[in-house]
Amino acid sequence: MGLLSDPNRRRALISLLTRLNAPICVVCYMAGVVWFMGLAFEPFTLRTYMSENAMGSTMVEERFPSGERALATGREFAAHKKKVGGMPVDWLVKTMQARGLEVFTQTFSRTLPFPDENKERYMVKGTNVYGILRAPRAPRTEALVLSAPCTQGDHNNQAVGLLLGLAQYFRNQIYWAKDIIFLINEHDLIGMQAWLEGYHHTNTTGMDWSPLQGRGGSIQAALSLELSSDVITSMDLVLEGLNGQLPNLDLANLFYAFCQKIGVLCTIQGKLQRNDWDSVSGYSHSVQTMMLMVMKQASGRPWGDHGLFLRYHIEAATIKGINSFRQYKTDTNTIGRLLEGMYRKLNNLLERLHQSYFFYLMPSLSHFVSIGYYMPAFGLLAVILLLRALDLWVQLASPPPGTEDGVVDTEQMWSPDVLSVLTPLVISHLTGVALYYLPIHFQKMALEHFPVSDTEAVVLTAIAVYTAGLALPHNTHRFVSGEGTEHGWRVLKLVAVLYLAVLLGCTALINFSLGFILALTLVPVAAFVTPHVPKVPSAFVLVILSPACTLLFSVFFFQELQEVPISFQDGWVLYLSVISQGILDHSLYGSLVYPLIALLVYPCWLLFWNILFWE
Amino acid sequence: MAAPLTLLLILAVTIRAALYRSSLADLIAERVEVVSPLTAWKRVVEGLALLDLGVSPYAGDVFHETPLIIYLFHFLVDYAEITFMVTDVITAVALYLAVKDYNKQVFRKQKYALEAERYPLDCLELIRSPKEMYYIPLKVAMFYLLNPFTILSCVAKSTCGLNNAVIALFILTTIKGNVLLSAIFLSLATYQSIYPLTLCAPALLYLTQRQYIPVNFRRFSFWWFVAQYAFMYLGSLFVMICLSFFLLGSWDYLPSVYGFILSVPDLTPNIGLFWYFFAEMFEHFRLFFLCVFQINIFFYTIPLSIKLKEHPVFLIFMQLAVISIFKSYPTVGDIALYLAFLPVWSHLHRFLRNIFLVSCVLLACSALFPVLWHLWIYAGSANSNFYYAITLLFNVAQVGRTVTETKVHLAASVSGFVYRSCCLTVT
Repeated sequence: MGLLSDPNRRRALISLLTRLNAPICVVCYMAGVVWFMGLAFEPFTLRTYMSENAMGSTMVEERFPSGERALATGREFAAHKKKVGGMPVDWLVKTMQARGLEVFTQTFSRTLPFPDENKERYMVKGTNVYGILRAPRAPRTEALVLSAPCTQGDHNNQAVGLLLGLAQYFRNQIYWAKDIIFLINEHDLIGMQAWLEGYHHTNTTGMDWSPLQGRGGSIQAALSLELSSDVITSMDLVLEGLNGQLPNLDLANLFYAFCQKIGVLCTIQGKLQRNDWDSVSGYSHSVQTMMLMVMKQASGRPWGDHGLFLRYHIEAATIKGINSFRQYKTDTNTIGRLLEGMYRKLNNLLERLHQSYFFYLMPSLSHFVSIGYYMPAFGLLAVILLLRALDLWVQLASPPPGTEDGVVDTEQMWSPDVLSVLTPLVISHLTGVALYYLPIHFQKMALEHFPVSDTEAVVLTAIAVYTAGLALPHNTHRFVSGEGTEHGWRVLKLVAVLYLAVLLGCTALINFSLGFILALTLVPVAAFVTPHVPKVPSAFVLVILSPACTLLFSVFFFQELQEVPISFQDGWVLYLSVISQGILDHSLYGSLVYPLIALLVYPCWLLFWNILFWE
Repeated sequence: MAAPLTLLLILAVTIRAALYRSSLADLIAERVEVVSPLTAWKRVVEGLALLDLGVSPYAGDVFHETPLIIYLFHFLVDYAEITFMVTDVITAVALYLAVKDYNKQVFRKQKYALEAERYPLDCLELIRSPKEMYYIPLKVAMFYLLNPFTILSCVAKSTCGLNNAVIALFILTTIKGNVLLSAIFLSLATYQSIYPLTLCAPALLYLTQRQYIPVNFRRFSFWWFVAQYAFMYLGSLFVMICLSFFLLGSWDYLPSVYGFILSVPDLTPNIGLFWYFFAEMFEHFRLFFLCVFQINIFFYTIPLSIKLKEHPVFLIFMQLAVISIFKSYPTVGDIALYLAFLPVWSHLHRFLRNIFLVSCVLLACSALFPVLWHLWIYAGSANSNFYYAITLLFNVAQVGRTVTETKVHLAASVSGFVYRSCCLTVT
């Protein structure tokens, strides 16, 4: 505080900061973006390494032999699935029992707030089947989960077959110190949600499920398996869970280590690792991989069935088998050995996975960026807000020229000012509340009056409320206090800038990617907007940088990153479905992105919109 | 003046009633920032249940409130929400009346001084106009009732609200000059949470000044007044302690309440400084540091009373701040009480150094508390260090704010040449 307590130096510092405010802000913004882009450059990242002692040094031998039999079981499962036209519960129970597991089922039902058009479901009824392999070597206080979803059509039959094969093989081994739960969940995440809620005796989303009859110990780790072909070329690891939560990095390290050992090609975000980091194409490859992770994390939705485990403190990941046109093929035996190895190492754990990082980004499977490296990028953006706030504060604190006595002046202006700041604050938040509640509650009414489907009704209402919000709040202070004053908008902007800084800071802590993307678009808005800039172009820029447009660009950008570019028409359709998925994720799994945007970010942006039209 | 106050009260009660009805109430009641092991409503309910079963409420080490509170809620448990709302209203009205009275005195003093031309010309801007002072009591009541901290604490039914009411009544009776009632409320506050004991000093200073007794250790009249006050204070404290004994029929509550406050066995995270420190410490240093931490709270009374003996009301404010920062189980409700006094010294705010920085830090910390708690407890990805870092920052900001406030107050109160030079350094 030495610098701040010496009045002369302090004054010099403040005058420097106010004089050079705009250039410093621009430099900070550039530096933030450059820093972020630099994160994908391999020399700046760390190599992954196994931190957990119990998983690192122990030798494990994998000898899973019955890949062919697992595939046969898979085919049998497929036949029964086709016959029943859904999940063959009886067959599964019988098969699991034959493999010596304690088998239980759980039924669940759930009515979605509106039909999910992507997966074509509205009233969901289903059954989870799970078998517990009791640990022969230790008290049954801890458990591991291996799950495979039972999906409609021809998908994932091999995953179920392999799961059953592994169950049979594991049953004959004696070294298990943790219960192993083999779970086959129906209706992917909805079934998973029901099972996890049943297992932990919580009910956060108001779903109906029958209580679980059997339980293992507290679950330490979980893997979800997706496998749709007999041979594969590579294994893909999916980490992003609900609200952008990631499992402990050691789980990714474990997967990578075994893939290296067994010689399976492994990818993350569907991208193979490349060795030519010093070439332009190598760098852009890792930028692409990292940006895919950032986009997926920012979306806040679970990108695999593992996504809901993370909420219960369980480290989990999804492993996907991918069959592409590559020459080099891996058979089921090898995948079985990979899983066996991973489970044996997890079995050795003495405590929960906690040694390694929880906050990271991965530009490739062998390299990661930890929180200490990526937070400065966000910090450089956030500091712009603080600098602007300081600038405004100094402008507010210095008495306006012309009046002799600043005290009386501020005292007189006090009460209308509070009102003129409070009104836009309240109104924009009410708009936010409307954006949050109306789409689902007005669904019926919209259906009666417009020729649209249920889902369209919800999404279009959301967009309508959003657009209506633009017209509503500005100039409200006029009704309260007459003409808007110079002082008034400065106070409002100070409040808005600080609000945005706190909001983005909190968001970035929970979900860095979301915070960073929002900061990238909202910080320039917050920095430049005043009532004195030219109205039409600024309004245009403001709309372009608003949260909804950010989402639209993100949709196109994401498609671009995945190398499946789409036309504007398809992009718009995708955009609508992304909005409906966001709302669904919130009501089904409690994802926080939709309420965050509707209740906090959008009102905050409206405040800046308000400042632009301050007169 | 009554109309705006009534409006304010209605608004405050409406907000609270609405929040009680919402689903947020349960969430808020669980927050560690809002309720401490001492003040949690859940624990009061547990104590009541034990009492109804005919077991001592202190059996089981859950309940740590005083016996009078549990007997109060024995009758009022069905009207708990109303009780807490009424308590907040009482606090606000008491503060309102107290500040109104205090301002009258300040104004009178200022007028005499002006007439005697004791103020130098250049500090005229610090002289307070009646118009400006007219709104201060209302602002104080508003700062208390509409402060989000108070609202949270009321909605969580934290018994901290009751303590605040008792302290507010103590301030009111002291400023009105009622020696007996002041002593009784002070002893009630002490009985509730020990720490308000330090408010003895400002109360004595204020009451002696009011009765024109010079604070002189060689004068008999001073000692006689101190003895009178001490007698009333200790007498009522004795009555309360005995009353509690007769109500419960055992001395169980002494270790359970006061032992619990002083020896800090519950290390649930909160916004204070104790929990992390004692969780990390080796066991054999515990007693020593316990003494250091507890003496720390009481110690400031001496230097502050010497330095601020001309300004007992400011001293009360300082003591409240010190208590709420350093006490063993602080909650946001405690902070709300001293924050309510800020408008009283609003004329000094221009001189506060780093006020912008400190306010921003306080604001950001309040938002970060739940976020880091979520990351630590629910997501499991952060750890206690994250949360404690924010606690530390929060308290550093509070201390910074309190220290500058004192400095400025001292500077502003010294007249003439000294004042001018201070003013220069401060700005």
